[in-house]
Order: sequence, then C-alpha cells, then structure tokens
Amino acid sequence: MTSAAPASSETSRGFLGEARYPGIFGWIFSTDHKRIGLLYLWCIIAFFCIGATLGVLIRLELWAPGRTIMDAQTYNAVFTLHGVIMIFLFIIPGIPAAFGNLIMPIQLGARDVAFPRLNLLSWWLYIGGAILAVIALFTGGGPPDTGWTFYVPFSTHTTTNVTLATVAVFTIGFSSILTGINFVTTIHRLRAEGMTWTRIPLFTWSLYATAWIQVLATPVLGITVALIFAERVIGTGLFDPAQGGDPIMFQHLFWIYSHPAVYIMVLPGMGVVSDIIPVFARKPAFGYKAIVVSSLAIAFAGSLVWAHHMYTSGMSDLAVMVFSFLTFIVAIPSAVKVFNWLATLYQGSILLDPPLLFALSFILLFTIGGLSGLVVGAAATNIHVHDTHFVVGHFHFTMFGGTGMAFFAALHYWLPKIYGRMYDKAVATVAWGVIFVGFCILYLSMKIVGIMGMPRRYWDYVPEFTGLNQLATAGSWILAVGLVLMFVNLIRGVLYGAPVGANPWGGATLEWQVPSPPPTENFEADPVVTHGPYDFKKAGIL
Amino acid sequence: MSGHVHKDYTGAKFGMWLFLFTEVLLFGGLFILYSVYLARYPQAFVAGGAQLNVWFGGANTLILLTSSLMVATSITALRRGATSLCLGLLGGTVACAALFLVNKFFEWSAKIGHGIYPGSAHLKELPPGEMVFFNIYYLTTGLHGIHVVIGAIVLTWTMVFIKTGRVNAHDWVILENAGLYWHLVDLIWIFIFPLYYLILH
Repeated sequence: MTSAAPASSETSRGFLGEARYPGIFGWIFSTDHKRIGLLYLWCIIAFFCIGATLGVLIRLELWAPGRTIMDAQTYNAVFTLHGVIMIFLFIIPGIPAAFGNLIMPIQLGARDVAFPRLNLLSWWLYIGGAILAVIALFTGGGPPDTGWTFYVPFSTHTTTNVTLATVAVFTIGFSSILTGINFVTTIHRLRAEGMTWTRIPLFTWSLYATAWIQVLATPVLGITVALIFAERVIGTGLFDPAQGGDPIMFQHLFWIYSHPAVYIMVLPGMGVVSDIIPVFARKPAFGYKAIVVSSLAIAFAGSLVWAHHMYTSGMSDLAVMVFSFLTFIVAIPSAVKVFNWLATLYQGSILLDPPLLFALSFILLFTIGGLSGLVVGAAATNIHVHDTHFVVGHFHFTMFGGTGMAFFAALHYWLPKIYGRMYDKAVATVAWGVIFVGFCILYLSMKIVGIMGMPRRYWDYVPEFTGLNQLATAGSWILAVGLVLMFVNLIRGVLYGAPVGANPWGGATLEWQVPSPPPTENFEADPVVTHGPYDFKKAGIL
Repeated sequence: MSGHVHKDYTGAKFGMWLFLFTEVLLFGGLFILYSVYLARYPQAFVAGGAQLNVWFGGANTLILLTSSLMVATSITALRRGATSLCLGLLGGTVACAALFLVNKFFEWSAKIGHGIYPGSAHLKELPPGEMVFFNIYYLTTGLHGIHVVIGAIVLTWTMVFIKTGRVNAHDWVILENAGLYWHLVDLIWIFIFPLYYLILH
C-alpha cells in the first residue's frame, strides 16, 4: 500500500496539499476528517495555552494571603474561566475530537467518518460555543463567577453573565453529541474488510466507549443548563426552594452528565496509552480483550457513580453508602488497564522515545490520581477533604497527569504521521522531564495543603498555608517552562523537522501503512486487514 | 471527494436512531424531575393536573397521531412513485403541526389569562407543589413545542428535496429519517399527555 503510488510525487504533502477551496476556506469548509481534526487540534492547543495562562495567574494570586495580583471577584472569574476552558474546550474535545478525527478513520481502514458534513458542523458548533463563551466574558454583568459546575442557587442569582455561558455550554455539548454519533456509526459501519471487532486498535476502542458516553450523558447536561437558562430568563424555579424546587436536584442532574464526562475525558487518554505501549515495548498488547472490556466497563460503571460528588449536599446516608460502594467498583476496570500496560512492558524491548515517556508518566500520575480518588470516593474520608485543595490536586492528577499527559503523548506519537516531519527528540525528552518535575511539585503541594485544610476556590488563606502555596506556585512556573519548551519544539518539528517515512515508530496499526502525511482519502485502494493491531510479526516489523 | 460517493442507508438510519436516543435523554431530565416532584407533592400535582383541560390535550394527541400516520404513509407513497400523494401527506403533516401549535396557543393563553405562568404573581401565591407543577408543565410542553416547530421545518425542507428530485423513489433515506424524527415528537407527546392530563385526575 505504501509504495504503490507511482504518480504521487507531487502529492507528497498528502492531504495538507490538496484543498477544495483556496486559503483558509480549504480548512474551515473542508469535510476531510484529517483537516477537521487539525482544525480541532490547533484550536484546542490555543485554548489550552489560554487556560494554562489563567492557571498560572491563579497560582500567582495564591502566592501570599490576601490580595497579591487581583481582587476576589476577578479571582472568581479567573478560576471559573480556567475551569470552563480546560473542561469544555480542551479536555473533553481534546483527544476524541482532535486525534479521533485525525487517526480513527485511518485505523479502521476507512476513507472518512460516516457523516463528513455533520463532522464539519460539529467543529462549527464547537467554535460557535467557544465564541459565545468569550462574548459572555465581556458582556452582561461581567464574566461568570460560578465555577465550571454552575451550582444553584448561586448560578441562578448571580448578576454575572451566566445566561450566555449556559448557551455556550449547550452549544458545545451539542457538538460533542454529534461527534459521538458520528464516531459510533463510523466504527459500526466503515471498518475495512477483515477489520473484525477484535482487530480494532485499542485507541479506536476507547473512542467507541467514549462516544457512547457522549451520546448518552451529554443530553442530560443540555437539559440541566437549559433549566438554569430558563430559571434566569423566565423564572421557572425548578431548583428554587421558594417555588417548591430543590437545589439538590440540580446537582443530581449536573453530575449525571458530568461524572460520566470525566470518563469522556480520560478513556481516550487510556486508549492512546494502550496504543503507544505495545509499539515502544515491541510486544503485542497484553490482555487486549481485557482492555477492551475494561473500557466498556468504565463507561458503564462510570454512569452509576455521579452522586459521589454530593456526599456533603444533604443526600440520605443510604444514598451516600450506595454511591460510595459503586465508586469503588470503577477502580477495578481502571486497575485492569494499569496491570495490562505493565504486563505489556514486562520483558519488552523498550524504546524510551518521547511518546512512551509521556505514556509512562500517564500511568504513574493517573495511578496516584486514581488512588487519591478512592480517598475522595470513600464517604468517611470525603467529609474531611471535601471542597479542599486535595480535591483540586486529585483531579489535576487524573485530568492533567492523565488526559493531559496522554494528549502530549499523542502529539509526540502522531504529529510526525500528520505532518510527515520529526521534532527534536532530545529537546522533547528534556521538556518531558521539566513538565514532570513541575507537575509533581505543583499538584503534590496542593494535595498536602488540602489535607491540612485549605479550601478550594478561596482567594485568601491563613498564613500557615503560605509555604506550601509558594511551593505550588513555583511548581507552576517550572511546569509552564516545560510546556513552552514542548510546544516550541513540536512546532519547530512540524515546520522544519527532518522528513519521516510512513512508519517512524514501527507501529502495526493501519495509520502507519499509509504515507506521512496521508493522502486525502487515506488509502490508494481499500485495505484488507489480515492481522491484529499489535501483531508486529505478521506486520513485518519484527 | 471524487465521484464514488456511495450512500450507506443502514449507517444513516443508525445515526438517526442514536440522535433520537439523545432527544429521549434530553426529555428524560425533565421526566426525572417530574417523578421526583410528583413523589414529593402528590396532592399538589393532582390539584395542578385538575386545572389542565383534558380536551385540549386529547385533541392534540389525536392531531399528532394522525400526523404520524400521514408521515408513515408518505414514505410508502414515495417508494411506490406516488410523488404528489407523498407531498400531499407531508403537507398534511405540517398542517397538523400548525394545528397543534394553534391549539397549544389557546391552551396556554387561557392559563396565562388566569395568571398562571412562570414568575407570575398569582403563581407565587399557590402552594409550592403547584408552583413546581406549573413550572415543569410549561417547560416540558414548551420544549416539546419547540420540537414540533423543528419537526415541521425538517419536513418542509424534505418536501423541497422531493420537489427537486433529490429525494425520490430510489433515494428516500432523508424522508425516512425526517419521518423518524417526527415520530419521536409524537412519541414524547404520548408520554406527556397521560403524565400531565390523565393520571393526575
């Protein structure tokens, strides 16, 4: 497949060189899954940089008790914005929308996704939602200050521009639903000949589980933010005790979506790691079927644990115990994955290239984050750490240490495929080290200061917490330096890196069988799959 | 895209069914709230339900069921090549949608005339359970009404496609998907009608 392209000398830039319309219109009106994937990718990276800058500002404010660089109201707006951007514009679409679009159809042996125009509409909705979110900052009664969770009664009473922010979230949610529908249909309908369910690469499997959560959970978020909108605009007080409503019902509805949503965030990251580890260990994935089943089990069990965010909300004790128990169940399929990854590495001939380094840090950091999740998930310890910086540390370990690291791993793994050029591996390794050190200093300090009792979302704190807060802030600077180094290196690689062949890492999945960058419809002829995704012997790699 | 675009009908319908799932879940949030508040305020919900006019609701049920029948037959008509019959049936469906909304307008106007609407002074004097009942009644039927409008637009759009020949006796998956959407609008009403108009008596 790779060399059977005699007339393709001028199309060596693949899909990057072929556009239906000139200039930027060739991108924003393209229905090619790879072009849409790159649109997402660069938008998502841009939002990540904005969100990270806001994060550094939050840490700077917490350098000392009292006012450091901003007043309390600004601080509320900044952490709300940081949360909304990172959750809705970076982590949720991060891996599925960007790398899912770029890679998943090629891994299946398809020419495109099932509904290419719907795919373009999803991107437009995503950008439309993002623009609404930005407009919400500068209009109405000022930037929203509710945190990304929009808890009532504050969100229905604050004078800031929550109304428009809920429209933005609804729009982005709609985009997420359409992407989910597209991916499920693609995986069911567009697999190449011979691509049986047990030959689907684990990354695509994880997207399958994710897409189902997107389809089944996001509508509930839609109706929840729509109810806030209705309560603010026409006064339907369904969550307002003065009108007989119950604010706890908001929390239930919100978390029915938003807890499964954390698996929307992390499952694709697990898929990236599951794809990278066999390639760099030169061994088939250990327990392929167990990893697949665990993805589906996480998607299923993760839908039943939402109320563990609400132990202190006044729910009944029975509900607390039931949800605490169910929460522990989620740890089982997560652990199955970790053990399978370790078993894959065991006795492999390991190549410590940048993608694997990021994947390994995913395993370590996500395990720490996941285990601290049990501290938060157990009802007894939860009462002590609820709404403290421990929780902030916990979810940054799982979301940033997990999904963030997987996103960086995916960047280092697949960008050479997409652009056909390799970044500087030495610089990438140094950047990884700096990021890792900065990360640990920043978020471990948060966890410790949280155990000591520092509440989250507070602008001010007692002097005893100063030392650890300053350590965390220093960590945020190291982390920022590492991120800048990584992105500069990647962009330099994309622009000036040495050209790579079709298969720089020695992968056995289909995306490594097509040229880098891939041509517009991916395959010269529809591929026929004759072996599993990690069968390096049959693929001729080993 | 080069010329070899082939249509995957199974895929298109599969995608539509997934979308319908999401619509059911969207309304599911409201039905959850309905059941929780019904359990909390059973008497007030009965008192609120007694103030709804079962004749308005019953008429609208009849209108929507008829419209669903017309959509279903329109697909068969198109497949048998009876294009003008198909267009007539679809026109009838859109007319039913309009009739439904007119009916709803009168029903809501009567309620609003009695001072019962979200945020009204009169509503705030009612017991808490009745306030919840009317708020959720307006939200659910309002969201359903929006879906009726969207469904009518989708069907009108499909009629244009049939007129221009893009949807025809050999290529009718767009009509079938539009019909599925309309059946969903009908289906949700089939749940709303008994929950609000019938079982609370």
